[in-house]
Formats: sequence, structure tokens, C-alpha cells
Amino acid sequence: MDAKDIIARRVALEVRDGMLVNLGIGLPTLVARFIPQGMSVAMQSENGLIGFSAPVPEGMENRDLIDAGGGFIAALPGAASFDSATSFALIRGGHVDMAVLGALQIDAAGRLASWMIPGKFTPGMGGAMDLVAGAKRVIVAMQHAAKGEPKIVESLTLPPTAARRVSLIVTELAVIEPTDEGLALRERAPGVSVAEIVACTGARLIVQEVTPEMPLCRD
Amino acid sequence: MRKSAITVEAAAQLVPDGARVMIGGFLGVGSPDRLIDALVARGARALTIIGNDTAYPNVGVGRLIEAGCVARAEVSHIGTNPTTQRLMSARAIDVELIPQGTLAERIRAAGSGLGGVLTPTGVGTIVSDGKQVIEIDGASFLIEKPLRADFALLRAHEADYYGNLTYRLTAANFNPVMAFAADCVIVEANEIVPVGVIPPDAVRTPGVLVTHIVGRAR
Repeated sequence: MDAKDIIARRVALEVRDGMLVNLGIGLPTLVARFIPQGMSVAMQSENGLIGFSAPVPEGMENRDLIDAGGGFIAALPGAASFDSATSFALIRGGHVDMAVLGALQIDAAGRLASWMIPGKFTPGMGGAMDLVAGAKRVIVAMQHAAKGEPKIVESLTLPPTAARRVSLIVTELAVIEPTDEGLALRERAPGVSVAEIVACTGARLIVQEVTPEMPLCRD
Repeated sequence: MRKSAITVEAAAQLVPDGARVMIGGFLGVGSPDRLIDALVARGARALTIIGNDTAYPNVGVGRLIEAGCVARAEVSHIGTNPTTQRLMSARAIDVELIPQGTLAERIRAAGSGLGGVLTPTGVGTIVSDGKQVIEIDGASFLIEKPLRADFALLRAHEADYYGNLTYRLTAANFNPVMAFAADCVIVEANEIVPVGVIPPDAVRTPGVLVTHIVGRAR
């Protein structure tokens, strides 16, 4: 199982029946694969649709039906389409139960940076700032380090996406929950020690006496 | 208030160099491709474009970027278009990045006669630089001003002779909200249908908002 697979499987366990979920572009999109078939979960794409699945069978693409990453999708029975103002009213208005986003950095306060590396790459925030401001739960799904450098740091060196503290951080090594006291290590990935996690993390972690192993599928 | 169809070439002539132009679309889906091509063919220059993104090089709004028609872009995302990135770094294009929901609401505010909107989005980030932050019932909000344009170039699914519009699936995106927020609203539709074909409940943009309808491709 590769890093992305572990992260997507673990995040999928946070999804509950009846939720409206927004999955960000890239790694977060993989989460959809691990949501059980029988579960009633509505997916929102911020370009204006609730209720879709992907990928679309080869040759069956509709040019007017894409997700926020530009990939072709299929509208499911019961789907609803709407304009961008309505889509962001859903997001800002607290109607989205859970947003899953990637991040470039997270700090000890649980703030994320995800939209620019000054002087190098400025893709823009797209809908990320609104999602972090408005979704009921914000889960960050990201690899623990980038090119050997920790992505979880004491304080951000990149511009923040929001002032808000995210709800949960899931990496291929650990599950970490930002709290009033700091970043609490909740779970470790199978075969990964607490010492390894601490060594790969650039911020202080609050470690309990026992750190349980990360589950990767439902009981 | 029946409208007569104009050609794309005539529509492109209406939009002068230096104009502020809203363009519907999300990564090219729901963008008025024929109008964009006509602006490129006219050799439009120094446009300020307002929209969600700059799509991909040579797709949708990306065609205007590629052809050197754009001086400034007010958008939420340019990550899919390396040309925009390169021109921005070279200071050949001025880019203002606006959170997507804030962009939609600023346009909606302009089109609905509001003095602006209060949003929690961007509080505590560089988006709030130079903006007023106010507290309401203990929560912080940014004051975001209305965003208007000289022109809105829209893509609809159907347009009837009165300019009543429908949209399809994710091709609606910013089009319906932009229809309210420009002095001149030009629509390119997949289908032009006689009045009465679109049932009143299916109309998503009332025809009174539309200035011109581009005729079918010949």
C-alpha cells in the first residue's frame, strides 16, 4: 500500500452516512474510492454539482460535466446542479459537513497553507479559503513530509489559507488532531513508531502513553 | 423585448481595447468559445478579464491569455495555466487572486445593488490586506466590495428570442451571476429557440438582463 492509499483509506473512515462531503483536487479525490458502496454520502463539486461519481466510462464524457479539477464526472440519480454563488453559499453557509483538502504546510496552531509558494508557484486559492472558512469539519490529507522537509511546522513560513484551526490531519504516518494545547498525536500508521513520527515532524507533538495503530478499513 | 441576433464579429467589435470583461466558465466548461475566438481574431488588447480561472493554454479564457489580449486577470485560480503563471512572473499580466466564493458574491453584490458583502473567507490571510474587518456578534468578517464590468460574455445552453436563458450541468458556474453585473451582456448559446419553448420555471436568467444574443454559427 503506498502513502496516498493509506491516507485516502484513513480519511474515508471519517465519512459518515448522510454527509455532504467536498473532496479537494489531487490526493483528497482518492478518498471517494474507499467510501463503502451502501453508504449514503453526497459529494459536492464546487463548480456546481451535488451527487456525482468518477471516472466516466471511456467515450461517455459530457463536455458540460466536470469536477473542480477539470476531470469528467457522471451525475448520479438525485444529483442537483447550481451556479457558483449557490455552490459557495452551501460551502460558506455551513451546509458542507466535511471538506478534505491538501496542504503545503500546517503549523502548531493547526492552521494550513495551501495556495502559494511566494516567488515560486502561485496557483491561487480557488475555493480553498471558503471551504476552510465554512465547512463543518476540515480534514487535511497530505504526505507527512515533502522532499525530506517536514510539512508540519512550528509556525507557517507560507501564507495561510485561513485563520481557522483544521479539525484533523491525516498523513501516511499518523493521525494528528490540533487542540487548544497543541498538536495531539492520535494514531500511528501500521509499522510506524512514535519516534519515527516525531522525527519527521517539525512541530511539538503531544504524545499519549499509548498511541493506537491507525485503522485502514471499517470493522 | 425581442432581440435580434448579432454576429460574433460584431460582438467582438463592441468590446473595446482596455475594457473590463466578465467571462463565464470553469476550466473552459461553460465559456463562450466563439466570442473568445472572435476577440482573439479582432486582436483585442489590454483587456481586464474577470472570471473563475484562466483555464488551460489555448482553452477557453486561456486563448485570450495566449494571444496577448489580457493586461489584467481578476480570478480565483491560475494553477492550470502555466502561461498565466509565466506572464505574471514576468509582470506582463497583472493577476489579482480572489477566493472563489468571494468572487461570486462580489459579482452578485454588484448585480443586486448591494454595497458589498461581509464574508469570513480570507480573514487572517493576505486576502484581508488593506480591507476593513468588522466584528458582528463576536465573529470577524471582511468587507468585500462589489465587482462590476463593462461587458459580460456568457455561455448558455438555450436562449430564446427574448434572451431568457437556461444552462446545463456544470456549465452554469459563474454565468448566471455575471448576467446581472455588466453594462452590456452578450450571450452565446448552444441553441436558440423561439419564445415559449423555455417554460418560465426553467428560465435561470431572465431575458431582460441580456443585451445581445450571438447568432448561430454559419
